[in-house]
Amino acid sequence: MVGQGELPYITPMTDTVRIQREPFDLAAETAKLTRGRIDVGAAVSFTGICRGDENGEPIAALTLEHYPGMAEAEIERHVAEARARWPLLGVTVIHRHGRMTPGEDIVMVVTTSSHREAAFAAAEFLMDYLKTRAPFWKQVEKTSGATWVEAKATDDAAVERWVARERHAAE
Amino acid sequence: MKIRYFAWVRERIGKPEEELAVPASVTTVAELVAWLIGRGEEYAYAFENPKVIRAAVDHVHVKPEAKIVAASEIAFFPPMTGG
Repeated sequence: MVGQGELPYITPMTDTVRIQREPFDLAAETAKLTRGRIDVGAAVSFTGICRGDENGEPIAALTLEHYPGMAEAEIERHVAEARARWPLLGVTVIHRHGRMTPGEDIVMVVTTSSHREAAFAAAEFLMDYLKTRAPFWKQVEKTSGATWVEAKATDDAAVERWVARERHAAE
Repeated sequence: MKIRYFAWVRERIGKPEEELAVPASVTTVAELVAWLIGRGEEYAYAFENPKVIRAAVDHVHVKPEAKIVAASEIAFFPPMTGG
């Protein structure tokens, strides 16, 4: 029962971090963070998709290896850090592992907040950290054989921006 | 102590994990790498460029000088490429 002057029931804050082989449903996951709530003003989502090429060479598929236990723990640490930085209402991160073919979804991040700035920033922050700190490794199947994807300096630079912002904010 | 390997580090060593009795004199991640290299050419191959290898102690990223005393699981892997 909602009494006089009281807000309707608001879903308690819950974050979800999941590592799974199966595909995910972005719309359903987003709805879980927004449905029945009146405090959420913004939901930002990012989906990482398997491209059909690696450095200009076509690929048949990619296989994502991960470190079970640490992958979840590491992403949860980043979610906690995002929560400490921005006023978020909900966070869902789902990362797939195993073999995926071009066009398949690999990873999704959804962040919700009362206003868009926090949701946008936190989603980008989480993806930047996920790419360089979460223990996942991509192997791609090319006609020339299977090769491990090399880490990109641009991904390290993307994470460095957040560190620099923190230093700047502390000054 | 359980040692785990991932991606091409795992391929080069030829196994995903192993239980090893690490001598008490080996107290840091860097010392563990040096000790592993002495175990055989597959380890020497995996750690031929130790600077690119990342390590985690009990599911937390660590630097080479990190202590491994009291650790239950140590992992070695290349730079991460998820997302």
